[in-house]
Amino acid sequence: MKEKIKELIEFINKNKPGRSINIMEVCGTHTMAISRHGLRQLLPESINLISGPGCPVCVTPISDIDWVIEIARQYDVSIFTFGDLFRVPGTESSLYNEKSKGRDINICYSPIDVLNFAKNNPYRKVIFIAIGFETTIPLTSVIVKKAYNEKINNFYIYNTHKLIPEALELLLLDKEVKIDAFLCPGHVSAVIGSKPYVFIAKDYHIPCVISGFEPLDILESIGMTAKQVKEGRSEVEIQYKRVVREEGNPTAVKSMYEVFDRSDSEWRGLGNIPGSGLKLKDKFLRFDVRTSFPVKKIKSSEPAGCECGNVLKGIKKPTECKLFSKACRPENPVGPCMVSSEGSCAAYYKYEKLKT
Amino acid sequence: MTNIKNIGNRKINNKKFKDEIIQLSHGDGGIKTSELINNLLLKYFGNEILNKLEDSAVLNCGRKKISYTTDSFVVNPIFFPGGDIGKLSICGTINDLVTTGCIPLALSLSFILEEGFPVSDFKKILLSTKKILDETGLNIVTGDTKVVEKGSADKIFINTSGIGLVGNDINISPRKIKVGDKILINGGIAEHGTAILSCRKEFNFKTNIVSDCAPLSSLVNSMTAASKNIHALRDATRGGLASILFELARASKTNINLYEDKIPVKKEVLGICEFLGLDPLYIANEGKMVAFVDRRDADKILQSMKKNKYGKDSQIIGEVTEKGEGLVILNTELGTRRILDLHYSEQLPRIC
Repeated sequence: MKEKIKELIEFINKNKPGRSINIMEVCGTHTMAISRHGLRQLLPESINLISGPGCPVCVTPISDIDWVIEIARQYDVSIFTFGDLFRVPGTESSLYNEKSKGRDINICYSPIDVLNFAKNNPYRKVIFIAIGFETTIPLTSVIVKKAYNEKINNFYIYNTHKLIPEALELLLLDKEVKIDAFLCPGHVSAVIGSKPYVFIAKDYHIPCVISGFEPLDILESIGMTAKQVKEGRSEVEIQYKRVVREEGNPTAVKSMYEVFDRSDSEWRGLGNIPGSGLKLKDKFLRFDVRTSFPVKKIKSSEPAGCECGNVLKGIKKPTECKLFSKACRPENPVGPCMVSSEGSCAAYYKYEKLKT
Repeated sequence: MTNIKNIGNRKINNKKFKDEIIQLSHGDGGIKTSELINNLLLKYFGNEILNKLEDSAVLNCGRKKISYTTDSFVVNPIFFPGGDIGKLSICGTINDLVTTGCIPLALSLSFILEEGFPVSDFKKILLSTKKILDETGLNIVTGDTKVVEKGSADKIFINTSGIGLVGNDINISPRKIKVGDKILINGGIAEHGTAILSCRKEFNFKTNIVSDCAPLSSLVNSMTAASKNIHALRDATRGGLASILFELARASKTNINLYEDKIPVKKEVLGICEFLGLDPLYIANEGKMVAFVDRRDADKILQSMKKNKYGKDSQIIGEVTEKGEGLVILNTELGTRRILDLHYSEQLPRIC
């Protein structure tokens, strides 16, 4: 492995442009891998890796968390969520705290398990918090269709799904954000393929490389992006060829749009992004938590001093937030980026304390 | 050369325990557990022996030194690949006990049983418990049984305690860790935690991972017979290898260098950890002893470990490099370095 690393570092050094460049890794799994393996220590100073908005938990607005907490308080329901969302602070509580107080809130690992739970407990109202990007949306689509076909009427979803390419465009339109190239997410791209990024390369002249998650994948992708910048090219290239095809997975994409229509979506830190969300088609509306469990109006407010918004846009590094590792720590998180296993602040806190 | 943020400023005493309710993270062996112990329990019960927070206490009784420890077990599921709650409850206490280098003398065993618990399951647990007692030559000399209403406990909870005799020439304690010490472990890490996880019903994984749950008294006895220069021993359970190294580095005010390529981890364990986004360095073991030993005796001790059936994959995984603030630095296979800190909960309740 050391030989291969050496080769890749040489490749990067040979192809780095004559100026300093910012490469944004969009996906939280990349952020974590970069920090955990200490890849920054291997790169030349002129290559600056900045973390993007690709952590679904991190971009979920605080109002969504408050809403779910309110449902847990007002209704006798069983709520299921992926682990990371569990501990994200809402305005005045978290799902974790509510569970400790006796609300029926559970961690799940697959939405299918939640649907089965609903099937086996027909008198219990069961809510699945559907979160994630194109990677998890097809799964939600499948279970919603299954619930519809099997007439499972005690199953609901709280939909917070979001789409990646639209968020990238928003970043490029933001003058404060300075990006020379994108490392595009491997898992998302396995579903959507490489075409949805083409407008970024064509219209905005920003190189894109779809990367795998092993340290060698990431280093190779960094080399490929640097080379594009140096040569003045802007294309969508696939490094993660063993998983990602140009056309993606058309079956999965088809399944998404059988259940959902495009809509606008609110992103934490980024605001409302037109066309970046999904809403259930009318046919499936009865699975929507928002229509079935109305709650009183909630006043949500972002925690004071929290820079998660700027961190998600790549404007600030986690370490530039005044709360980082002081008021905001994994055991006492202020913002979502410190909670999520894909969050930039958690990645820096866990793995980037050593500066030599 | 190093610029560390926020390490060393988490002073433990003089701090108030601010949490209003007990949460699962108070029992995960990480930061919250440490807060519960230091900022609440020690406020009430602190004394010279307890304050050391070692796996087992050593009491001076006349000319003899007695090792004394206790542990409770709530693992879910109660039967898992490689063991069950009964086997675990005996191994766990033996392993804590022998971190003082003692010869175990006797154990206690107490049950809290839930109304409705099948006697056939109970018998299975008693049988595997007895097997470990037979293997180690130990007896249960006292015990207790309570039964609670259905729903007031989950099937079966167990508490065990143990005492042992520490030889007069043996003095093993984290305070004896010295610069230059080599760090040894008796085999692959993270097997207990991943075995438990992969058999939990919410996962549905099919793996061949088996818990490393094992009694390590014979291993430790052969180590102490091989050398008198074992400085510290720690049973690497909750919080995994990284957490106990962090605690030992802090307690001995030394910095530690670890070598990733020397740390034994089974491929399948790594695979599960990657899939679930877990770091094997922080996953529980139930049959792993970490030893800090004088470097001159390291090879001799390693050989004695390798001869034991629970130490075939023993390795020297690192060393104590200097006096310091208690940094544990992992040298990765890529040639990079990172600090191992105490982690917050990985959301794995009831692992032991």
